[in-house]
Amino acid sequence: MSVPRFWRKQTNRYNLIGTKCETCGTYYFPPRSLCPKCRREGKIVDYKFKGTGKIVTFSVVRTASDKFDLQTPFVVAIIELDEGTRLTAPVICSDINEVYIGMRVKSTFRKISADGDSGIIVYGTKFIRE
Amino acid sequence: MRDVAVVGVGLTKFGERWGDSFREMCVEAGVKAIDDAGMDGDDIQEMFVGNMSGGRFVLQEHIGALIADYSGLATNHIPATRTEAACASGGLAFRQAVNCIASGAQDIVIAAGVEKMTDVSGGETTDALAGAADREWEGMYGVTFPSLYAMMARDYMNRYGMTREELAQVAVKNHYNGARNPIAQYQKEITIDTVLNSTLVADPLRLMDCSPVTDGAAAVILCSLDRAKEFTDCPVKVLASTQASDTISLHDRRDISTLDATVAAANRAFDIAKIERKDVDLVEVHDCFTIAEICAIEDMGFCKKGEAGKLTAEGYTALDGKLPVNTSGGLKACGHPVGATGIKQVCEVVTQLRGEAGKRQVDGAEIGMTHNVGGTGATVVTSIFRRV
Ligand SMILES: CC(C)(COP(=O)(O)OP(=O)(O)OC[C@H]1O[C@@H](n2cnc3c(N)ncnc32)[C@H](O)[C@@H]1OP(=O)(O)O)[C@@H](O)C(=O)NCCC(=O)NCCS
Ligand SMILES: [Zn+2]
Repeated sequence: MSVPRFWRKQTNRYNLIGTKCETCGTYYFPPRSLCPKCRREGKIVDYKFKGTGKIVTFSVVRTASDKFDLQTPFVVAIIELDEGTRLTAPVICSDINEVYIGMRVKSTFRKISADGDSGIIVYGTKFIRE
Repeated sequence: MRDVAVVGVGLTKFGERWGDSFREMCVEAGVKAIDDAGMDGDDIQEMFVGNMSGGRFVLQEHIGALIADYSGLATNHIPATRTEAACASGGLAFRQAVNCIASGAQDIVIAAGVEKMTDVSGGETTDALAGAADREWEGMYGVTFPSLYAMMARDYMNRYGMTREELAQVAVKNHYNGARNPIAQYQKEITIDTVLNSTLVADPLRLMDCSPVTDGAAAVILCSLDRAKEFTDCPVKVLASTQASDTISLHDRRDISTLDATVAAANRAFDIAKIERKDVDLVEVHDCFTIAEICAIEDMGFCKKGEAGKLTAEGYTALDGKLPVNTSGGLKACGHPVGATGIKQVCEVVTQLRGEAGKRQVDGAEIGMTHNVGGTGATVVTSIFRRV
């Protein structure tokens, strides 16, 4: 992903900052600037998620794109945050067999990918066992 | 709205087509379809071409004009439009062509689909396909397409108790059908053990749960029903062609292993066609992964949620079953050139309804249906056909 495209949402990615619609009380991560439920009636504000939640479902990526090839096998999951929002993120664990549906997890700041030895390094949020 | 019929179909061989270019394949399919309809190229009034990622796979955009040009129709200056909705790009081209005729704008239209996926490395293909999901919030983390469907499969198996063997039977059945389809990429039968012993791609999905990377093209000629007999003795009427959307990301769905866009598109299609599920004689569904076929059968309303695995294992969806599913071999065995798949499905159903499907013919087939998915279910196109 290009540098400007990544930087635009950098604070959101680093700090798990999403949005909340004050009209209907729904939390959004990834952040949304328009509440799909309330649309023009929605009042959107920033919201920093607590970063804790549980695994809804997961997989182990064994065939990846070139950029992620060196990291395989790695776990990716859909995580439901305690605020009720769901997101997709990698899960770090010493043993990929220990991950299960319903496992409690918390967010952590990590390197996501690197473009070769001298290219840009992308950081963001991953999850570890709580 | 006017009634619309399919009067010609054309397919290239699917597979790794090392010697053929993107444009050559699409023109080959188009010429076959025009031949099949027994018409002249000059009869074609408008063109739609489904293509997911010419830009990533062959660095080519402006696909509509390119194909019009190389099929000798640019000098007629016909309108040529590319449609894109990831793996449902072909389905979109078909539906646009149907609406173009139904509205009275044109009488004779060609809908094609093409993808050339093997010119780039496997890693690049995987990355390009990830663009069918949310690049910024799914793909950025290294999530691949197989892993998204794998997360669906794990959710589904956990909730409904489908066994790994039941899931594998989808691939076994589709390879059996593919072995009877001369254009299929893989024309060999496999067993459940072949699936269970194949390498893991994204747990719990293995290589033999995945559709392959494929080059290929498909085309169909559509015409207003009142003129169809000018071109063929056995026109196939389009009873309905519907489309629906859902959230781009899998994590935002109401239910991880239900494709609400399939439910919506299918319900609309059955309403418009004024037929019932039990009237359908065969269906081509979007089995980009084995789990996708299981969800499709249920979400289209052919059985209750959680039942499709058992039905598949019992042979309900086999060639000689009550509801044959993916007689072409599906995406799994016939191959999945993403932009072409939605049109290939129409070619298969039309061939079956005409009684021309050879070794994989479903006896007495009268009504058929297609189901084409973009991404993990953010776009779905369904169409229903009847022999007239
Ligand atoms: C599953 C996948 C990763 C396998 O790719 P790969 O690991 O590079 O596999 P290879 O090309 O090395 O193939 C290894 C062997 O398996 C065969 N093969 C590859 N994919 C196959 C498949 N899906 N089904 C059956 N056989 C397959 C190859 O022909 C090859 O056989 P050979 O050794 O006899 O020549 C790749 O096919 C893929 O990405 N599929 C999914 C495509 C997709 O996501 N489409 C969009 C869906 S919405
Ligand atoms: Zn709201």
